[in-house]
Amino acid sequence: MSNVTGWADQDKVHDIKSELLEINMGPQHPATHGVLRLLVKTDGEIVDSVTAHIGYLHRCAEKIAEGNDYRQFMVYTDRFDYLAPMNMNFSWAVAVENMLEVEVPERAEYIRVICAELQRICSHLIAFGTFGLDIGAWTPLLYAFREREVILNIFEKLSGGRMLYNYFDIGGVRFDTPEGFKEEVIDFINMFEVKLDEYNTLLSYNKIFVERTADVGIITAEDCADYGCTGPILRGAGKPWDCRKDDPYSIYDKFDFEIPYGEGEMGTVGDCWDRYMVRIREMFESCRIVRQAIESMPEGPVMTDDLKRNVKVPAGSLYTRTESSKGEMGYQIISDGGSKPFRNKVRSPSFSNLHVIEKVGRGQMLSDLVATVGSLDIVLGEIDR
Amino acid sequence: MEIITKLLTETFGLQLDQTGQLIAGGLIMALIMALVMATCAIVWTWAERKVAGFIQSRYGPMRVGKYHGALQPVADMVKILGKEDIIPDDADKPLFVLAPIIIFIASLLPWAAVPFAPGFIASDMDLGLFYIFAVSSGAIVGILMSGWASNNKWALYGAARGAAQMVSYEIPLALATIPVVMRTGSLNMNDIVIGQQGGIFQWNAFHDPFLFVAFMIYFVSSIAEVNRGPFDMPETESELVAGYHTEYTGMRFALFFLSEYANLFLVSCIATAVFLGGWNLPVGNAVVLPGLVFLSKAVLLVLIQIWIRWTLPRLRVDQLMHVCWKVLIPLSLLCLLGSGILLMVSGEIAA
Repeated sequence: MSNVTGWADQDKVHDIKSELLEINMGPQHPATHGVLRLLVKTDGEIVDSVTAHIGYLHRCAEKIAEGNDYRQFMVYTDRFDYLAPMNMNFSWAVAVENMLEVEVPERAEYIRVICAELQRICSHLIAFGTFGLDIGAWTPLLYAFREREVILNIFEKLSGGRMLYNYFDIGGVRFDTPEGFKEEVIDFINMFEVKLDEYNTLLSYNKIFVERTADVGIITAEDCADYGCTGPILRGAGKPWDCRKDDPYSIYDKFDFEIPYGEGEMGTVGDCWDRYMVRIREMFESCRIVRQAIESMPEGPVMTDDLKRNVKVPAGSLYTRTESSKGEMGYQIISDGGSKPFRNKVRSPSFSNLHVIEKVGRGQMLSDLVATVGSLDIVLGEIDR
Repeated sequence: MEIITKLLTETFGLQLDQTGQLIAGGLIMALIMALVMATCAIVWTWAERKVAGFIQSRYGPMRVGKYHGALQPVADMVKILGKEDIIPDDADKPLFVLAPIIIFIASLLPWAAVPFAPGFIASDMDLGLFYIFAVSSGAIVGILMSGWASNNKWALYGAARGAAQMVSYEIPLALATIPVVMRTGSLNMNDIVIGQQGGIFQWNAFHDPFLFVAFMIYFVSSIAEVNRGPFDMPETESELVAGYHTEYTGMRFALFFLSEYANLFLVSCIATAVFLGGWNLPVGNAVVLPGLVFLSKAVLLVLIQIWIRWTLPRLRVDQLMHVCWKVLIPLSLLCLLGSGILLMVSGEIAA
């Protein structure tokens, strides 16, 4: 990749003066998935260097955490990854509960897992649709949104919200499931598993799509280690690492599911196609988890009685991580024993996942850069916090 | 044009000499063609949105007009006329203004040689096919001009890509039609259509395997020639914002838009005339409602192009060039050779 030579090298041969073209891709650009600004230096169609400038969506969430109590901060976690708020809620709830060492009722755990996995499907559907859009296929996006709509309807009945749910709470979930919840979820899973085949026919194995994504934007496992990439990026690079399996939280150890990882079917391990396909297969695995969870969901309370409204976390420091749809989502909470965190460091997956673009973006074609950014599936709300 | 002059002299009883006939007939024909082009462009914007809606399981425009947003194109036109006409400060003003006009003219001129029905052709010239390719390539100049004059890096990228793509794809486009010219022995569009009389297997596309491949090459190249998905390199919404017309607003933008849809219909009309038998019916020699037959074939081709656009992802710019230079051009040369040999063997060469 790095030995690609462009027109800029020609001035050694000819007496032509040439310089790199500096382009701002973003903050307003159709391909940057939000207010991301990529400063791209190009040599013709070939990218010479790319720098990600972030911070356009910074809302001081970490500082805000210091001024709010633990329950109040839940609503801010919604706004980190606004495409997967349930997963963000989950992380915060687990992080605080681990420090409190409180038992969560079993029914609440099942509801949490169902929500988190449905949300993972939701988030991957958007990744699938927008990646298609980046490659130039319009229709997958609409199909993805059609299926996402069903999940949003389920969530709306569950929590009242369609985008930001604020549904999880420290020690359980806010409301019990509405009537007919089980049937609706099972109906959705039955419908969705068939749709996945349709996606594969329409996009995944399409010749043009494979040509555009295979052997493009190769991120190796070493790169992932260097930049701290997790989630589908790391799994796409051939490492089946998943917090749900390797560092189990909640009740994920009760379920039977696989961790899909990239094997370089269409090209090299860690290319865009691998990352894309990991997401498609994860949606299938999420369906399996949801099905198992729905079938074995016990009756009982959804909120623990051991906690007061204003929780006081014992003094200390703990890092807790969960697997969100984008990767490892973690909170380092430092508590001084009060009702508010002394310091709350948020480790968000997209932040680390994005910056690998500076390495893999070099020497690519401009179109491949767009494909690579699309395959990283970043959410700016979570990068900037 | 004969039909028009006949109508003028016989039905309306006008006394016109040779020059008068030429001027009056030419003017009326030009007006009809301009209207046809403008209408079809407007209709296609609506049709494309409805078909796209159908493919993507949504409705598309539904509000304006009584039936399925039928008046949406009119509303769009009114809106776009009311938009502020912005010329960027650092733009090269004369070129910026000229570019959309050149592109529009280049998409308007080829209609002169499209044979819709027997005698219904604006200019029945002997070099018809050649003329069409010659004038429609003028659009490349317009694209380069607009990209350069906009003084926008994305527009420049779009223009460079667009020019490279259109120059390249004109070669297989023209090469694919040469077997037809060899079979007919004429570049006259009327003669080409008349030469395909006598049922579906006399149509050039289905006459022999070489011509069928040539038709396929023509169809693929024509999608690239009009810059539509999966070959919409110059626009590539997700990469280059909007390509060469990023900086254009209002009526100037509408000119780009109109010429895009006019070109879409134009290449389908040419494919119909050159490969799909023009106004000839699939069975028999009779000429029944020639205009309708011609249009329905062209509409079918347009719908296929719309279908392709909303289904397939986009190629990368180097892959696009690869397809053109390493696949389509050798294939079309092979077709040329093959159908030449076939004509010699069968002795079917037209006088």
